[in-house]
Amino acid sequence: MSTRITSDDVAHVAQLARLELDPAQVELFTGQLAAILEHAEDVEALDLADVAPTSHPYPLVNVLRPDEVGATLPNAEALAAAPQAEGGRFRVPTILGEAP
Amino acid sequence: MSAAEAGSADTAVRIAAAVRAGERSAVDVLEAHLARIDGGEAEVHAFNTVTVDAARAAAAAIDERVAAGEDPGPLAGVPIAIKDNLCTRGVATTCSSKILEGWVPPYDATVVERVWASGAVPVGKTNLDEFAMGSSTENSAFGPTRNPRDLTKVPGGSSGGSAAAVAGGFSAISLGSDTGGSIRQPAAFCGVVGVKPTYGLVSRYGLVAFASSLDQVGPFATTVADAALLLEAIAGHDPADATSIPQEAPKLVEHLDDGVAGLRVGVVTELTGEGISPDVLARVREAADALAAAGATVEEVSVPAVAYGLSAYYLIAPAEASSNLARFDGVRYGLRVDAPTTNEMMVASRTAGFGDEVKRRIMLGTYALSAGYYDAFYGQAQKVRTLICRDFDAAYERFDVLLSPTTPTTAFDLGAIADPLTMYLNDICTIPTNLAGHPAMSVPFGTGQDGLPVGVQVLAPALGEQAMFRTAAALEAAAPRTTGASK
Amino acid sequence: MTDTVLSDPTNPDGRAPTDSLGNAITVPDSDDVTVVTAADGSRWELVCGLEVHAELATATKMFSGAPNHFGDDPNTNVDPVTLGLPGTLPVVNQKAVELAVRFGCAVGGPQSVRRSVFSRKNYFYPDMPKNFQISQYDQPIVVAGELELPSGHVVGIERAHLEEDTGKSTHVGGAGRITGADHSLVDYNRAGVPLLEIVSRPHVRSTEQARQYVAELRSILVACGISDGKMEEGSMRVDANVSVRREGSQELRTRCEIKNLNSLRSLGRAIEHEATRQADLHAAGQKVVQETRHWDEAQGVTGTMRSKEEADDYRYFPEPDLVPVDPSPEWIAEIAAALPMLPAARRARLAEATGEPRTAESVVVVVDRAQDDQAISALAHLARLAEVGGDPSAASTLAALADDDVDGLSGPDAGARAAAAPDAAKARVLVHVTQNLAGEGGADLAPVRLAELVALEVAGELTATQAKQVLAELVADPEATAAGVAAAKGFEAMDTGALEAAVDAAIAGNPAEWEQYRTGDPKVRGKLTGFFVGQIMKATKGQADGKAATALLTQKATD
Repeated sequence: MSTRITSDDVAHVAQLARLELDPAQVELFTGQLAAILEHAEDVEALDLADVAPTSHPYPLVNVLRPDEVGATLPNAEALAAAPQAEGGRFRVPTILGEAP
Repeated sequence: MSAAEAGSADTAVRIAAAVRAGERSAVDVLEAHLARIDGGEAEVHAFNTVTVDAARAAAAAIDERVAAGEDPGPLAGVPIAIKDNLCTRGVATTCSSKILEGWVPPYDATVVERVWASGAVPVGKTNLDEFAMGSSTENSAFGPTRNPRDLTKVPGGSSGGSAAAVAGGFSAISLGSDTGGSIRQPAAFCGVVGVKPTYGLVSRYGLVAFASSLDQVGPFATTVADAALLLEAIAGHDPADATSIPQEAPKLVEHLDDGVAGLRVGVVTELTGEGISPDVLARVREAADALAAAGATVEEVSVPAVAYGLSAYYLIAPAEASSNLARFDGVRYGLRVDAPTTNEMMVASRTAGFGDEVKRRIMLGTYALSAGYYDAFYGQAQKVRTLICRDFDAAYERFDVLLSPTTPTTAFDLGAIADPLTMYLNDICTIPTNLAGHPAMSVPFGTGQDGLPVGVQVLAPALGEQAMFRTAAALEAAAPRTTGASK
Repeated sequence: MTDTVLSDPTNPDGRAPTDSLGNAITVPDSDDVTVVTAADGSRWELVCGLEVHAELATATKMFSGAPNHFGDDPNTNVDPVTLGLPGTLPVVNQKAVELAVRFGCAVGGPQSVRRSVFSRKNYFYPDMPKNFQISQYDQPIVVAGELELPSGHVVGIERAHLEEDTGKSTHVGGAGRITGADHSLVDYNRAGVPLLEIVSRPHVRSTEQARQYVAELRSILVACGISDGKMEEGSMRVDANVSVRREGSQELRTRCEIKNLNSLRSLGRAIEHEATRQADLHAAGQKVVQETRHWDEAQGVTGTMRSKEEADDYRYFPEPDLVPVDPSPEWIAEIAAALPMLPAARRARLAEATGEPRTAESVVVVVDRAQDDQAISALAHLARLAEVGGDPSAASTLAALADDDVDGLSGPDAGARAAAAPDAAKARVLVHVTQNLAGEGGADLAPVRLAELVALEVAGELTATQAKQVLAELVADPEATAAGVAAAKGFEAMDTGALEAAVDAAIAGNPAEWEQYRTGDPKVRGKLTGFFVGQIMKATKGQADGKAATALLTQKATD
């Protein structure tokens, strides 16, 4: 698959990633990401239809923890680093829209 | 100063032995290191935070325990520096990023707990490329670290601060993290020993994640024996990390002097050709010859798929990073830039809080995972990982350890590399082992034409640390003596 | 939400319709199909699938040891993992896996449980601490199953997978609603609570089936100890995937997902409203856009939740911090063997024991209230009494028989024995359990004590009215016996002479009504039967047997 990342792609991806790029940064990133992806074309070109993916370098299975209650953070400690808090909760500006 | 000059009396092995025996006080050892920090830190900038008070309290406590007849542990009184992406309870952990500036974790990373439990004395948190993304420690929001061997050079990265702290004699040992070479490359540039252990040998709990399937914590030290001592202290199963290997860690220290007679050593063809500078290659050949002279059998071996390592890495690591770094949004901790809505606040905070290299990788990773591209990029790269594992497995059927350069060149000038892709090529020799999950370490072996240290990389199969350390010890013994004088 | 490809005649994409696991989509026929009429008079039938999120009954969260507990002060059931603090890692809760396996065994048998892999679902939202949700995507833990509704309709289960819940936002200002709020406050107590997302096939054809499905699922989850099933506390949340098709056709059209269905009532209303909305769009030649819609209970409408440019791109990839979960066949078998009897099987057992149809309301209600064991055991005792021909008025007869240690008076074998109870006893036991033991403490009444009461009733020693009063005493006083209470209340069966005298007195006292009764049509007579029996009961202080009195009235009218 030959993919050429465009400045529109970069703008869309920035939105997905919650980053704001000015037009000059969009241009810069478009060029740099294109160069990196071009370098990755050797990988894209390989026929690996029959190869299984490796997501974990050391294969383990069924790593489970017993259902036992552990230590919790006191409310004050939980909120200690919060930029804003109110009534024991984390305060955020208006939320537009329900969760997906 | 130099590691040789600063370190000869101050190896972790010697300090711990003397402190445990009551022959030296931990306080004295610490003060000697703090004095060196006073003398050199302003130029080197190895640290984001020097924890003078905590270190003095810890050292005094060690001395009290020794006086009371207790054994504070295998790292008793040994000053240690901690990379600033490892969580330390009560001490700021910033990842050298504005987005985490001033964040104080309410918990210790498992490795941090383990080094405290072993009697080590915490001197501070070391500088890094922001979120461990970089190969020069120039991407720190708090300014670059310089190479103690030559202040005009970078120390490598991303664990540049940890490498510089040890090379500069600021701490006897240090902890770093290695996702694509972030321990080994700065170790090579600074002329110290750096180890990336087998994936899963050392707990990642409390290591601020960059690329979860590649990250591994490991030691820096001036000697192979010190590195072994520190790795033994931090290795072993941790139930808080589901990828932690549930078995006993390999014994290292007691086998360091076993020698390499009969050991089968393969020199990786693909990592000793094009793109590697001739003086670095010459040191690797000499290292191979030295091992042969010590009784090992040395041959060339091809590991073809390592050629795809860099490409696969730059699809996998940014993809995982884009997801790992999503939590930095100004809601629960870290930087918030005010805005009328939560979404705008998140965008403003992330935009102001992350540096360019981090943004670049988040962008690359988000793109690689986005609808329609998963199979071509992330999925394909995970398959390449399988190829790399297979080719390594084939090589390890014939060889106990492999040999290569750690880096293509010696340390470069600050500001010399602006192009991201050129910077990424620095990691070409170190990345394949991260993809395979194998251990590898860099051992100083002579210098390049510029007089700067050269690192030779020893690679081993999963949990093959014992043979790897034996080989490293043999190389250390055979390494040309360098003056290593700093400029 | 799971992705499903649907073929839409107005929007053909050329692909065969498959579900999230690549299985062909089928829509069953049913004799109960909700049909909506569009504005132009065209008729459209409902095709619906349901996604139920059930919070699992664990002590701790899905991926950390913080307590899984509802109703505590905000941000107190949190630890570094819950808050997604930098450096923290998830570790899977074994109990959550066990409960998911239990569910798989309950609805699909051991073979429906598979090796599963956790993935990250990436999207930004302030109630999600990591800005990704750990869920199972293309390799869920349960891959098949089915659920038989009380009506007999069968709904297929496509999959069930484990995931973590999100935190909760409170909106300040703007009347507490998200739109118009000044700011919001986030509590992460719920974040990380283990969820089982259960996805049905599009086999729900009516609003009644939707309600039954959710109620049935809830019964199973509660019976198996998988979830507390409390919809009002949000431990069970329902989304509906709704589409419509022309009445009688086999097409599959674009569906919309409706969220925020917090009660069985809103479920039916929302589905019907959404089906009508879509029918109107189709009838007008407009396109239904595949989207997530939000049910507004107050307005009684669904509304779109997001604009199109915010299209879902969750960038799923395997969670690198976790390894696959692959329950061993031995563990699955152990879990399957320990499952309790499920509601459908219990309805069948009760139906068999009582001779009622499986779909009878009394059967459904009694099983729903988990009083089927009580009913069946009581009947088994009554069958035993009939078998030995004991005297029902001897207070200790049944207790003594039970002490005989005879098998099958309770437990798994009781159903077969219960079926042999006299028909009259079956009817009375069902009436008592369905109506008179619905209140507090009713379910705790020992079956043998219920059986003693019914034995007296069937023997004609107590009237229905008296039996009800005695039963109330039995529930209130654990020491009381049916015969003892009856005696204490002076309830003795009236002899025929006394009853006849009471009937004659009622006739004599109400000559006009008697004339109407005697000469009226059955409708009038039916109405006046109630009147006369009431008079007789009043006069005898409820000791008369209503049935016997009615029989006497009929006899005297035709004499």
